[in-house]
Amino acid sequence: MWYLCVFYHRLLDYRKTEVESLAELFGENGDHKGKKLEWKLPLHHHPDSPFHFVDLSSDDIARSIANRSILVKGMYELWGQGSDYEELEESIRNFPEERKFPYLQPGSSFKISVESFGKAISFQEQNERIQGLAYIPFKGQVNLKSPDHKFCLLETADYGLNNGLPPIAQRRIFFGREVGGADRKLIPTYQLKSRTYLGPTAMDAEMAFLMANQALATSGKLVFDPFVGTGSILVGAAHFGAMTMGADIDIRVVRDGRGPDCNVWSNFKQYGLPPPIALLRADNNLPPWRPGLKEIFDAIICDPPYGVRAGGRKSGGRKLLKGIVAPYTVPDDKRTDHIPSTASYSLVECVHDLLDLAAKMLVMGGRLVFFYPMLREEDCVFNQFPEHPCFTLISSSEQILSSRYSRVLLTMVKRSSYTEEIAEAARLKHEEFRENHLKWLEDGNLHSAVFSPSVNRQLGVAGNGNVSKDPKPKYRGKYV
Amino acid sequence: MRLLTHNMLSSNIKGVINGFPLRIEVEKVVEKPVDFNPDFLKNMFSKIEWKPLVDASRTMGYAELPEEADASMLDSHDFLQRFHHALLELHLEEGALICPETNRRFPVNKGIPNMLLHEDEV
Repeated sequence: MWYLCVFYHRLLDYRKTEVESLAELFGENGDHKGKKLEWKLPLHHHPDSPFHFVDLSSDDIARSIANRSILVKGMYELWGQGSDYEELEESIRNFPEERKFPYLQPGSSFKISVESFGKAISFQEQNERIQGLAYIPFKGQVNLKSPDHKFCLLETADYGLNNGLPPIAQRRIFFGREVGGADRKLIPTYQLKSRTYLGPTAMDAEMAFLMANQALATSGKLVFDPFVGTGSILVGAAHFGAMTMGADIDIRVVRDGRGPDCNVWSNFKQYGLPPPIALLRADNNLPPWRPGLKEIFDAIICDPPYGVRAGGRKSGGRKLLKGIVAPYTVPDDKRTDHIPSTASYSLVECVHDLLDLAAKMLVMGGRLVFFYPMLREEDCVFNQFPEHPCFTLISSSEQILSSRYSRVLLTMVKRSSYTEEIAEAARLKHEEFRENHLKWLEDGNLHSAVFSPSVNRQLGVAGNGNVSKDPKPKYRGKYV
Repeated sequence: MRLLTHNMLSSNIKGVINGFPLRIEVEKVVEKPVDFNPDFLKNMFSKIEWKPLVDASRTMGYAELPEEADASMLDSHDFLQRFHHALLELHLEEGALICPETNRRFPVNKGIPNMLLHEDEV
């Protein structure tokens, strides 16, 4: 059945993938898991339009998806559409009686709301539009607070630019019955500014929920974050009922926080969420998991340190003491309270370790969800995503962070189990990847690409006056 | 640190062959309630090394787990309760994990095991 799926005009690249993930979580396609959903666009609409049609098997699934989603404003059973109100009326009249009838019964209550995209409709105009629907034989009572059935009249503007989207050739009006809507109240509840314990790279609440949705976090599952920091990503997974576990190399962040009621535990307590079942200090480069342990996590969600706002560290720093050339050894009498130094940890190595860990520790069908940085300048040939033979990449969603770089949320599914041969194949693949990326991703390069003054651009202006074309439209990402 | 974590960890010092299970040195044990979730327990059961869990729970002062366990016992609510308590509710607040081979001490403070290796151990 086709549903009208109306999105918030935010994080455009994340919208369909979120719905697809949730469809899998709620059992759409039954045994044909991983089968992509079918999408259609309304007449004359641009792919970045908030209006899409999606094919789902039942109201229940559509409702579950909409209710848990962060970016779906509502899912509607479409009763009619048109480019003007006459067409709309004809279309609604032609919608099968037996589909309309159950929702128009006497004794039921209903509400009609009017929404528009790209313009504001005054209260009076809204009322007029609702009055104009009198040809629909509503027999129930109006109830604005808690109606049995909600209906929505949605309109797009037909003039000029539309929140930065390409102009809409023709306006479109939709009328439908609301099947489910998103709970955006979550976001103000969990927003970072109200959180007690924050770090410089804490993940914002909206994104943490999106990541948890991509990871299919739900009750009974175990979700791990190897770069847990203040726990901001796990908060999202815990909200959806998953058990959480986190590791970090910085013990001050995971153990001490900023005081007894300002630490990772308090961030969960603050929202009444169950605290992580484990927090530990461990190094992603040398994880302390026992050798036989595998396939224990249902999902791994993280934001690896990519060296722009925070750099990675791993164990095994070499303290160079005066006059000593050999590798540093800790004197026996100082072992107890020794604080080991750490070495810097490049993104390439970090991503390799992450993929290797995930290949071993995720259950079959488990998901690895993580951010990966991308440079936006020129036609960057280095923008290739890391790969692993155990994993299939199912989505990559870009969020623009500045004119220089963006981050891409990668969602990978584990499709083959980890074996020695696979580990070897992965190593070779990684070597190749490393070669290609060394230039950009080795220490400092991404950082300098992000922070150094732009030479190319000035040359472009001064030279042939041909400013390099922005490959992505301006309205995407945080500009929305 | 809960015993689920203990069951997952080993000493990964360079050269150590048998780093699991880590011995537990108890200074302070607290009980922290966790919501009972049978599905989660059933999921975890096949991944747990049973004997180390039984030994660890004894060290922490809980001796109610059977020596041997197999998947058929997961139908018993009583068994699940005990398993749940041992795996998730016993919490080592202060103490240490000791490498069985080298006796290296990994401290546990405020419930967080510090598994980071020294420079000459990697």
